[in-house]
Amino acid sequence: MHTATAAASVPETGTPREAIRVEDLHKSFGNLEVLKGVDLTARQGDVVAIIGGSGSGKSTMLRCINFLETPSSGKIVIGGEEVAMRADGSPANQKQIEKIRTKLAMVFQQFNLWTHRTLLENVIEVPVHVLKVPKAQAIERARELLERVGLGGKEDTFPAYLSGGQQQRAAIARALAVNPSAMLFDEPTSALDPELVGEVLTVIRDLAAEGRTMLLVTHEMKFAREVANHVVYLYQGRIEEQGPPAEVFGNPQSDRLKQFLSSVA
Amino acid sequence: MTGLLELLGLGASAELLSLSGWGGNLLRGLANSLQIAFGAFGLGLVIGLFGAYGKLYGGKVTRDLLAIYTTVIRAVPELVLILILYYVGSDIINKISEAMGGGRVEINGVAAGIWVLGIVQGAYATEVLRGAIKAVPVGQIEAAKSYGMPAFLTMRRVTIPAMMSFAVPGLANLWLIATKDTALLAVVGFNELTLETRQAASSTRAYFTFFLAAGFLYLMVTLCSGAVFARVEKWARRGQPSLKGGAR
Ligand SMILES: Nc1ncnc2c1ncn2[C@@H]1O[C@H](COP(=O)(O)OP(=O)(O)OP(=O)(O)O)[C@@H](O)[C@H]1O
Ligand SMILES: [Mg+2]
Repeated sequence: MHTATAAASVPETGTPREAIRVEDLHKSFGNLEVLKGVDLTARQGDVVAIIGGSGSGKSTMLRCINFLETPSSGKIVIGGEEVAMRADGSPANQKQIEKIRTKLAMVFQQFNLWTHRTLLENVIEVPVHVLKVPKAQAIERARELLERVGLGGKEDTFPAYLSGGQQQRAAIARALAVNPSAMLFDEPTSALDPELVGEVLTVIRDLAAEGRTMLLVTHEMKFAREVANHVVYLYQGRIEEQGPPAEVFGNPQSDRLKQFLSSVA
Repeated sequence: MTGLLELLGLGASAELLSLSGWGGNLLRGLANSLQIAFGAFGLGLVIGLFGAYGKLYGGKVTRDLLAIYTTVIRAVPELVLILILYYVGSDIINKISEAMGGGRVEINGVAAGIWVLGIVQGAYATEVLRGAIKAVPVGQIEAAKSYGMPAFLTMRRVTIPAMMSFAVPGLANLWLIATKDTALLAVVGFNELTLETRQAASSTRAYFTFFLAAGFLYLMVTLCSGAVFARVEKWARRGQPSLKGGAR
């Protein structure tokens, strides 16, 4: 629907460079080991769908990648830069984490727009105050992005006065405003009424088509099959099976995946 | 005007309260009271913000020290605190001054009042702001973090604005308490409104007139504050649909 402004951010063609690499990632909450050694690589332009049952560790994995959760051990490489970690997994260099986070835009299940700011203010907040983009320029870009996600004219509205679908689209505009090198979606449509899911998926589908790198945790299997070029099935903190969507959905190997797919179908 | 007052038998009161008479003293007292209340409230806010952050995110020692501070201040009657802080404070200042070879120092009443009441206010403000910060949905702060905002920027741009709507009612209370607590400074001989009123009343024996006038002044302060805080609260709640409905 809104592809007019896409050109600027399409990654150049050629051999896609690696965007995100996770090696042997472990994470425990107290005695509960939630991630038991996860390896994952996303190249530029990849759309990686992460599926799995509730509690399998999908959110935790995504949140470890931008250090919203502190990994217990493992290695995380973003755009070729390895994140410096102490022996206990905590980030050794807060500045580095902050820099990396500005490149990984996160879209949350609960939107998490700043409620005391209008949509426009939400979208320009990070560009202006973190990335130091001149305000006029940030505003111009924010208007384009809001227009693009179908929220033209809502710039001065506060989030609480919008539907969930509109809020999530605004959150996506906020994510795009930082020119992220990869986007992390954690069940972006799970908090939405069924009739609002479509409008958000349409925006994400556009982003995928435009060659954005994304990790997408989702329960929308049909959508995952359609937009992803790689699907990862997590089971109890391990990657049980992964591959191209046609393989994973069309010809699942493990019994657990077969069972999972039949339970969500 | 004068005729009407004479008719009501209030001529004498009007004369007593005129600006050239004791009325001017009362207004000067009020100005002093407000000055102290402002200063103490402001100081209390600063202490409260540090205190709240210290209690929420500080190390063990910081948290223990702050717990002692808020517990002691809130446990001891304000009048007693004022006497302790005022006399201990001026004693310490004089000791220091003498040790450095100076003489006794004249303690500035306004500054002393601000310090004493500010320390009291800080303890309450710490609790008000701590509660308000905790009431901010974690998602708001997580969003800031996930976009690379450093801690201080997050506090300034997200946490403080988001907590304001939770904090304003409590802070409005603290401000009113601050205006009234200034009256307690009368015990250390500070010329705020209550002391001025007492002096005027005992000199003229017109107790009723002067205490009524002082009561009226305190009431006006409260009413004006109420109007100001209503606006502040409306601003702090921007973006939140009103409870009466009307959202969407
Ligand atoms: N902060 C935390 N403290 C303790 N346990 C946690 C915490 N966060 C997650 N967990 C636990 O870790 C496990 C994995 O949680 P996670 O949120 O990653 O699952 P998920 O795959 O995203 O599930 P869902 O589909 O329900 O979102 C769960 O058992 C959860 O209870
Ligand atoms: Mg989850």
